[in-house]
Amino acid sequence: MQHSREFLTTAYRTMTTIRKFEDRVHDEFAAGKIPGFVHLYAGEEASAAGVCMNLNDGDYIASTHRGHGHCIAKGCDPTAMMKEIYGAADGLCGGKGGSMHIADLSKGMMGANGIVGGGPPLVCGAALTAKTLDTGGVAVAFVGDGASNQGTTLESFNLANVWNLPAVFVVEDNGYAETTASSWAVAGSQVERAKAFGMPGVQVDGFDFFAVFDAAKEAVERAREGKGPSLIHVKLARHYGHFEGDAMAYRADGEIEAIRKDSDPLKIFRQKVCAAAVLEDKDLDSIEAEVAAVIDQAVAASEAAPRNDPESLLTDVYTAY
Amino acid sequence: MTKKTFRQAINEAIAQEMRRDHRVIVMGEDNAGGMGAPGEDDAWGGVLGVTKGLMPEFGRGRVLDTPITESAFIGAAVGAAATGLRPVAELMFVDFLGVCFDQIYNQAGKFRYMFGGKAVTPLVVRTMFGAGFRAASQHSQTLYPIFTHCPGLKVVIPSSPYEAKGLMTQAIRDDDPVIFFEHKVMYDDEEEVPDEAYTIPFGEANIVREGKDATIVAFGRMVQFAKQAADELAKEGIETTIIDPRTTSPLDEESILESVEETGHLVVVDESSPRCSMAADISRLAAENAFAALKGPIKTVTPPHTPVPFAPELEDAYIPGPADIKAAVRAAMA
Repeated sequence: MQHSREFLTTAYRTMTTIRKFEDRVHDEFAAGKIPGFVHLYAGEEASAAGVCMNLNDGDYIASTHRGHGHCIAKGCDPTAMMKEIYGAADGLCGGKGGSMHIADLSKGMMGANGIVGGGPPLVCGAALTAKTLDTGGVAVAFVGDGASNQGTTLESFNLANVWNLPAVFVVEDNGYAETTASSWAVAGSQVERAKAFGMPGVQVDGFDFFAVFDAAKEAVERAREGKGPSLIHVKLARHYGHFEGDAMAYRADGEIEAIRKDSDPLKIFRQKVCAAAVLEDKDLDSIEAEVAAVIDQAVAASEAAPRNDPESLLTDVYTAY
Repeated sequence: MTKKTFRQAINEAIAQEMRRDHRVIVMGEDNAGGMGAPGEDDAWGGVLGVTKGLMPEFGRGRVLDTPITESAFIGAAVGAAATGLRPVAELMFVDFLGVCFDQIYNQAGKFRYMFGGKAVTPLVVRTMFGAGFRAASQHSQTLYPIFTHCPGLKVVIPSSPYEAKGLMTQAIRDDDPVIFFEHKVMYDDEEEVPDEAYTIPFGEANIVREGKDATIVAFGRMVQFAKQAADELAKEGIETTIIDPRTTSPLDEESILESVEETGHLVVVDESSPRCSMAADISRLAAENAFAALKGPIKTVTPPHTPVPFAPELEDAYIPGPADIKAAVRAAMA
């Protein structure tokens, strides 16, 4: 294994943070402490981490409804995120965005998005900025299998290629758009779609951090070198429902248990790095303990955080009006 | 100061801002024209020539022709604005908002609020509107009320070449998303326009004319018709104030209410469909806030609640004109 201890430690910390963050949001939501609705990323960690470890703060990503994992992987502060999900005044977006609109432009995170397919055109714009101002940056659009059928996504494939933008499209196919199977709703194949637009496309095992990382490395480097966009079709699975409260009657009996047992990206990562003897179980255990403390602290801080005064209802609509 | 057309005034404002700030870019369908085609470069300069000449000066890197995919390129303009550019994107006809509205009202208009005041989205969407071009139902509408309805957007409607240049310069320098409405039959209108750059602030109405008897609020091309009506009414001894709000969002409510307080009569002239229109909105404003000053019913002058027709005699009947405005003023004062 060619990766350093530091790299692997960072990767595992990111994935563990996502998992523990989401598992905790699941629990706190069930306990009635979180308003609105949330869409959890647990089970898909290798995708966000594998892609974003190829990026830096000058690169941009746009995310989906299921955006917490992308935020964490792109460097957003988990405590500020948790506060946002609780609606706190000092949340990452002042409590005005919530789970579906978490963003931190200073980290290159252009927002989760409440609109399916809202992100790809925005990513074309971020990539255009990078190209026009010659920043060397790239922009990555995460879309779900549902959004992969939206006109905005397909138009963006076209525009990114016509303009030769430094963009990467990551289709996270967790098998279901809400309740509808991607095997039914997606005509053709994602990889063939990419090829039809004249860009490289690959399918990767989204349970394997290293497979995602390697595919993203190639796509990001290609974009950075001015060679244009690529598509990565990541096959993965979510541990929870479309949103919290979804009884998941559309999933097969035993499906989620099997995924948790055999296709957990954290377990697979652990097996690989330990087998390669680069990290030991105790290294990973100590990361998990550290992260658990961070999440505990994030929840405690969110419960104690100030809520918005009514006056802030009227602020931040315009820069000046 | 030289005479310039509405088209030239907008073009000059964009060119001057592109010289002033390298982050200003232009994009849209055929904004230069001829991209990838064997003939002339800068073949069109936009479908009615508003952006002609920008590409030869600033290059294809800053004047981008797009495929006909409004969702993608309007969205790209939004994303570019949020990440450091100052795009001036053209939505050729405002009637096409149906294929890109999400990117404008759900994305650009809400970034700042949803992201807790941390986003800046300095975007201008230029768009053509208005009837009178025999362009039929899908190329003729006046849809600024829809954008005015959406918090986070600013909406600008210039009524003359002078107004257009100053308002466009302000739009490009503004840090919020601005929808800039250009009436398609006004492009050849001409008047004195300063050569140097200048801005006209948003939310400050232009008091086009002052008179004690009635207040006429009008937008865009309707300001011209209001002037004609006012001249003719003056001959009958009726002196009217004309207010051109210039922007519907922000709206200079104070100037409108002050004038209504003075005249006691209000007529609102709006080329958009009557329901949920600026005519309805400003009528509500006066009824709520200047009721005691009103000496007669508020009157609105709008097209009927129909699509814009094609046949010339029908379209002429559709568009409000000076005679309608005169009748409305008389009815308000009756």
